[in-house]
Amino acid sequence: MKARVTVTLKTGVLDPQGKAIEGALRSLGIDGVDSVRQGKVFDIELGSVDKASAEAALKNACEKLLANTVVENYRVEIL
Amino acid sequence: MKAAVLLFPGINRENDVARALAQSGVKPTIVWHAEHDLPQGTDLVVVPGGFSYGDYLRCGAIAGRANIMDAVRAHAARGGLVLGICNGFQILCESGLLPGVLMRNRDLKFICKEQHLRVERHDTAYTNAYGHHQIIKVCIAHGEGNYVADSATIQTLEGEGRVAFRYCDAAGHVGGKGNPNGSMNDIAGIYSEKLNVLGMMPHPENLIDSLIGGIDGRGMFDSLGAFGKRAA
Repeated sequence: MKARVTVTLKTGVLDPQGKAIEGALRSLGIDGVDSVRQGKVFDIELGSVDKASAEAALKNACEKLLANTVVENYRVEIL
Repeated sequence: MKAAVLLFPGINRENDVARALAQSGVKPTIVWHAEHDLPQGTDLVVVPGGFSYGDYLRCGAIAGRANIMDAVRAHAARGGLVLGICNGFQILCESGLLPGVLMRNRDLKFICKEQHLRVERHDTAYTNAYGHHQIIKVCIAHGEGNYVADSATIQTLEGEGRVAFRYCDAAGHVGGKGNPNGSMNDIAGIYSEKLNVLGMMPHPENLIDSLIGGIDGRGMFDSLGAFGKRAA
């Protein structure tokens, strides 16, 4: 089973990297960009587990390590 | 007083901090992260600076979940002293021993320079050798030192007098251009609720010998040495 975990900064948390990328896109002349927030994607392969236990394991992984829930949100998708 | 100086892969300031401790009469032992227990009779745990696990995932995230950190959490819960410097501060935040998080510096640059701090209180195990609101010159060397916490946490830290050091300029003016990295409330270091855990981004261990530019950092290690003698 394959899964994708996406970790993003919470709204309101300053993201200087996103700001720098935003500025770079503007200087490349790419129009219509209002703002950029940078996050992380984890592609994870799991053994033979059912969907519910995979989701539970990945939620646990996010809470324990993959995300710092002080400043980050996470989303788990089973692909 | 006996100190356990933790060593994780990528930590590189363990010998500097061990030298600073020894100079002030604290006996350091280097302890590898995979250990499950601290050495018998450990009074102080020091988590030194460096780049544990290459700063992968988030600074301090992987080290904060190492085996030895369970023993450190138990030591702190018993009221034992824990000091985290630079990457050590990031590790203490990631391990849940201190609130908040260290984010990328406001201007995205790795900052390596001398930096002045105001000692916010001088009645703790770490600062008793300093004076009231003493301005000290130490060093900073970090890319992620921008202290961030939610407003309730900041209020609690301020209300309980748990801000240890604030960034200031040479004249002692806190904040403004004296704040190098954008930290909320110019916070350079914070204490835990019982004041036994201290995390700070600056390096006091860099300035313990007049040969290398100053001795303002020595006060922290002298404080620990004096605290140890009083407790003994």
